[in-house]
Amino acid sequence: MSSTQPRAVLHGSRWTPYRAVLGSRVRSQASHRASFGLDLGSSLLVGIVELAEVAVLFTSVSAIGGFDLAAILLVFGLADLCFSVADMVFGHCDNLPEYVRTGRLDVFYLRPQPLLLQLVTSDVSLRRLARAAVGLVALVVGLAVNEIAWGPGAVTLLLLAVLSGTATFSAMFVMAGGLQFFLVNGAEMTNAFVYGGRYAATQPGSVWGRPLVVVFGFFFPMAFTAYLPVTTLLGLPAFAGLPGWVGWCAPVAAVWAWLAALLAWRTGVRHYQGAGG
Amino acid sequence: MRPYALLVLAGFRQQSAYRLAALAGLVANTTFGFLKVAILLATVEAAGGELNGYDAGSMAAYIWISQGLLGSVNLFGRTEVAERIRTGDVVVDFLRPLDVQGASVATEVGRNLFALLPRGIPSVLVGALVVGMTMPTTPLPYLLGAVSVLLGITVSVTTVYLVAATGFWLVETRGVQILYMVLSGFLAGLFVPISLFPAPLLALASATPFPSMLQYPVDVLSGRVEGLAALGLVAAQVAWLVATAALGQALTRRGRHKLEVQGG
Repeated sequence: MSSTQPRAVLHGSRWTPYRAVLGSRVRSQASHRASFGLDLGSSLLVGIVELAEVAVLFTSVSAIGGFDLAAILLVFGLADLCFSVADMVFGHCDNLPEYVRTGRLDVFYLRPQPLLLQLVTSDVSLRRLARAAVGLVALVVGLAVNEIAWGPGAVTLLLLAVLSGTATFSAMFVMAGGLQFFLVNGAEMTNAFVYGGRYAATQPGSVWGRPLVVVFGFFFPMAFTAYLPVTTLLGLPAFAGLPGWVGWCAPVAAVWAWLAALLAWRTGVRHYQGAGG
Repeated sequence: MRPYALLVLAGFRQQSAYRLAALAGLVANTTFGFLKVAILLATVEAAGGELNGYDAGSMAAYIWISQGLLGSVNLFGRTEVAERIRTGDVVVDFLRPLDVQGASVATEVGRNLFALLPRGIPSVLVGALVVGMTMPTTPLPYLLGAVSVLLGITVSVTTVYLVAATGFWLVETRGVQILYMVLSGFLAGLFVPISLFPAPLLALASATPFPSMLQYPVDVLSGRVEGLAALGLVAAQVAWLVATAALGQALTRRGRHKLEVQGG
């Protein structure tokens, strides 16, 4: 080994390899300008169409489940912003079945880095930024058009909601990844709580019956990503007779989601026995 | 026609091998179905029990029939032939004594028809048992509905073939495919029935083949649209089928001259 090798590589922090990989992914996406532009454009369109799906209902009625369009904008913006950021970082956990089938996952097992970190840094979809932008704009407009008693409390609640919501959605991707080790061909099943969860999170939870409250209110805590923080922020009644401060519990929901996700992930990783060959 | 009929059958049988995938699709479809029920029935309620011709029963019928068709109607824009055009494997298909478009469409229609068994029918049953939906009591809507569903599936396949055929010029069709996926669900009436759209948006949707894939078959089968109006919807489906199939044929002929295959 020659001593001219750069010190950063030999003695870099434990994050150096991830930084190098992520940097190269970002550079590679930005270098194909036309393709990247098209990707950004279609991601933007995804966000706009999803917003239209919600907004179009309000052309015939003024309020659904006690939420008017202004309040729904807030729920949609918060949920979509958190989901898009989570999708950008953890979204390619969705590729796991393909990695299993092609044997690429076995390569990850050979490297001296945690599997999940490798999977997360194996790609980063910058195009999702466009979708996050739609969520952010909806959130900002929602904050402007609603009557909010601004103060340190409201700002803290909002920041807490964004961080916890992003963490909760990320946990859904990781949980789905863990289950993929068992499902492989049945990968679509996890769409029920990953993408179904996103859809649930943009709804006012007040329209749900008891089974949906149990599933998407608590087990997959989608209501805590946007709906419940918004009820607390606007002083609206929450579902199932929950108290007005329930929106502050968003971090608890995020912790619960991550506990479940890590359990699913560990079980999946231990269960995996290789694709053969 | 016989080879194409056999290809439909082969596609049908091929798909029957993926039972877990079918179950997984059913779970996802049903979950989305319950969420659609929650928001759309709350909307009908907020409108005073009747919304642009939908009451709770007919809205439930729309939701569960559309969720059931979701596994059979291609709203994703992905096909096998797109990959074959990208890699150049399609050159082998051109050497076969079968029409490339016809063979691809026949196989895809067969696969999509199979999906009605594990995904379509159970989804409608779940809806009927758990939520309660209004369905027609006379046989005619079911007969016309069956024709309309078959047409809807086929229009989706011939339209997705167009996405794949752009690959003769573009090679990588991912961008077109994503565009198709984004627009098709919304304009086909997947999350909100298009009859709830404001007028300009409804006009826009009606000018595309997408409502022929989902909204029209659901309207005919559920009996929401009856008589001459129902025949009108089926006629629109036939028109879109002819238009998309003819365009696909023209693109295939031109694409064949454009096709370049690398390597030996």
